[in-house]
Amino acid sequence: MTDLAFDLLDRLPRFDGFAKQTPYLKDPELKRSRKICPSLEDAIRRSGLKDGMTISFHHAFREGDKTINTVVDLLARMGFKDLTLAPSSLLSCNAPLIEHIRNGVISRIYTSGMRGKLAEAISHGLMAHPVNIHSHGGRVKLIQDGELKIDVAFLGVSTADCFGNANGISGRSRCGSLGYAKVDARHAGTVILLAEEIVPFPNAPASLSQDEVDYVVKVEQIGDPSKISVGAARITTNPRELLIARLSAEVMVHSGYFEQGFSMQTGSGASATATTRFLEGYMRKKGITASFALGGITGGIVDLHKKGLIERVIDTQSFDGDAAESLRTSPNHIEISTNEYANAGSKGAYVDQMDLVILSALEIDVDFNVNVITGSDGVMRGASGGHSDVAAAANLSIVVAPLIRSRIPTVVRRCTTVVTPGECIGVLVTDHGIAVNPRRPEIAQRLKAAGLPVMTIEELQQRAESLTGEPRPIEFLDKVVGIVRYRDGSVIDIVRQVKG
Amino acid sequence: MKLRRSMLFLPGANAAMLSTAFVYKPDSIMFDLEDAVSLREKDSARILVFNALQLPVYREIETVVRINPLNTPFGHLDLEAAVRAGVDVVRLPKTDSAEDVEVLEREVERIERACGREIGSTKLMAAIESASGVINALAIAKASPRLIGIALAGFDYVMDMQTERGDGTELFYARCAVLHAARAAKIDAFDVVWSDLNDEAGFLKEVDLIKRLGFNGKSLINPRQIELLHNAYAPTEEEVEYAGRVVTAAAEGERKGLGVVSLNGKMIDGPVIDHARRVLQRAEASGTRK
Repeated sequence: MTDLAFDLLDRLPRFDGFAKQTPYLKDPELKRSRKICPSLEDAIRRSGLKDGMTISFHHAFREGDKTINTVVDLLARMGFKDLTLAPSSLLSCNAPLIEHIRNGVISRIYTSGMRGKLAEAISHGLMAHPVNIHSHGGRVKLIQDGELKIDVAFLGVSTADCFGNANGISGRSRCGSLGYAKVDARHAGTVILLAEEIVPFPNAPASLSQDEVDYVVKVEQIGDPSKISVGAARITTNPRELLIARLSAEVMVHSGYFEQGFSMQTGSGASATATTRFLEGYMRKKGITASFALGGITGGIVDLHKKGLIERVIDTQSFDGDAAESLRTSPNHIEISTNEYANAGSKGAYVDQMDLVILSALEIDVDFNVNVITGSDGVMRGASGGHSDVAAAANLSIVVAPLIRSRIPTVVRRCTTVVTPGECIGVLVTDHGIAVNPRRPEIAQRLKAAGLPVMTIEELQQRAESLTGEPRPIEFLDKVVGIVRYRDGSVIDIVRQVKG
Repeated sequence: MKLRRSMLFLPGANAAMLSTAFVYKPDSIMFDLEDAVSLREKDSARILVFNALQLPVYREIETVVRINPLNTPFGHLDLEAAVRAGVDVVRLPKTDSAEDVEVLEREVERIERACGREIGSTKLMAAIESASGVINALAIAKASPRLIGIALAGFDYVMDMQTERGDGTELFYARCAVLHAARAAKIDAFDVVWSDLNDEAGFLKEVDLIKRLGFNGKSLINPRQIELLHNAYAPTEEEVEYAGRVVTAAAEGERKGLGVVSLNGKMIDGPVIDHARRVLQRAEASGTRK
């Protein structure tokens, strides 16, 4: 043997029995059940979680989520401190976290959004560190770039087998797509599944796959699917929402993108759902079908899919029971991760193929910048979601909003907080008329030719102000309570603590 | 020839609705100070409506105020507020006789003089809500040159007749009487409200009936009904096409100085041309029937 070969052999490990790497293979029972933990506490201990680490969750159950609060309660009882909480989003149901922030269990938060009492407390300065607010795609980018390093992911699933093959479309509490969880399963240091039901191996389909899962623990309930989207499946009877929906459907139809094989995303708001319904008539009249619908999927989209008007449904989050059921039964209803959905750092995001998207807004200013995070009182009450992701990539982004909510103008001179830059927004549809971004003269021309009520956004802003009067500016303190991260990770705006 | 298919009722005390209702584009908007406003909100509703009437956004739409009857403590205050704010039309509820209209007209004229508004610029309409009103419909309809129309109000009328709303049989005589009075006086006629919002089919059936009877339109209580009503009143493409040919032929006839014009062998006279113009006006407003 040459010296070179000696050197090499010296450095390679010597064979030391077949189970050196896999000791559980010596025990037929352990081999099968080694991931199953008798309790959540046991799983946490085995995960190696330590103070100062980062934990993550998915929010597919939205207001019905039972996983986040349960796990953080237990972590508090187990004495953990100084954790970074990184769920895909937070909602009103997460108000119990306030106590854990006060007690130092949670010291930092990354989230797409927040609502209710938790959001109010944070907006009023509850946390020492500002919350990072990211988009759905931007979250994956932060994870890939290493800023958001998830140590332990706690992922609620309705069924899992003993090895961790899991989904959200079988069992009792079905949330449908596990689009967010797929990202955490891939990137987290340790992955713990909280499963409502342990089913025989192998569980299929495996939205989360055994090769990404460390531990599986059975829990009583992961979430209440009836609270995922209360009322989203209903067809609105509110005349103003119907008016906006009819106008936005007409904008889509006359946008120049309403052709055979177009693609769309409509979201979950009442106007968006109603838009889908109006669109059906136009699609039939023109004899065209959509190649795919993307995003948060509702029963309205599923209905068009069942009628053959939308060929494929690409689902990163199921907004109601109809969507979850369609994901289970339709071969053309496809579950995707948020990396595939909207990550700017992904090698291919579905949003890049999008023609027409309907988006909401809490505020939109005369430069078309959109705020979906802070209310008119400066308090956070929304979510970045996929807003900036889809707006950036779609061929035409249509924002729908009433001109005035109660007595508060939606179209303003300056947004309280910018989440999506105006350069990505093509059209604003309100109950008082339509405004087209001057960057898109061809769209303005098409809509005017179709006889739609096109005005300037300044006219809409002045109309709002003439009806409500000029709102008094919100009083903020210096302390920064939120950092709004654009989808590429850059800082697009900050949120300051509100006075009072 | 003002198009008046839809007259949308708005409760005068609802500030949010007052500030946005024009976006639904009814032909006329009626601010109600009477039955839709509770006793303790009569004053605040009057102030709200007074201010709403002066919003620039209401310049482009016909405004109507339904005042409380003049024999109540609120009627005169309502009238003062409406006329001074520049309302287009005052709607008098519970009109039983021509005298009711005459009293109203004298009051309106007094207020117009007092506030410097052009005399006669405030138009009137009368709502007929009783057996007496129906019997006196013709006299009511001819009681003032300011009247732009009369309306049948179903609820109080069926109470007075000791019956209740049903398939329309109970309103048959009243509808015909009010409609004939309006036509004889050359003013507009409006049908009753349809209150079951969720029964679209029932609404459309009633609209079909009153349209065929000849009513100009209907009072509405929800913006959702506007588009349904306008669509039901919209002519078909064939009707529009024929109306266009009638109007063109009439213009041609006029240019050539012909007394009588014919189209495809049929004589076209004044009423036919008027009807064709109405068809084109409705098409202009809401397109053809979908």
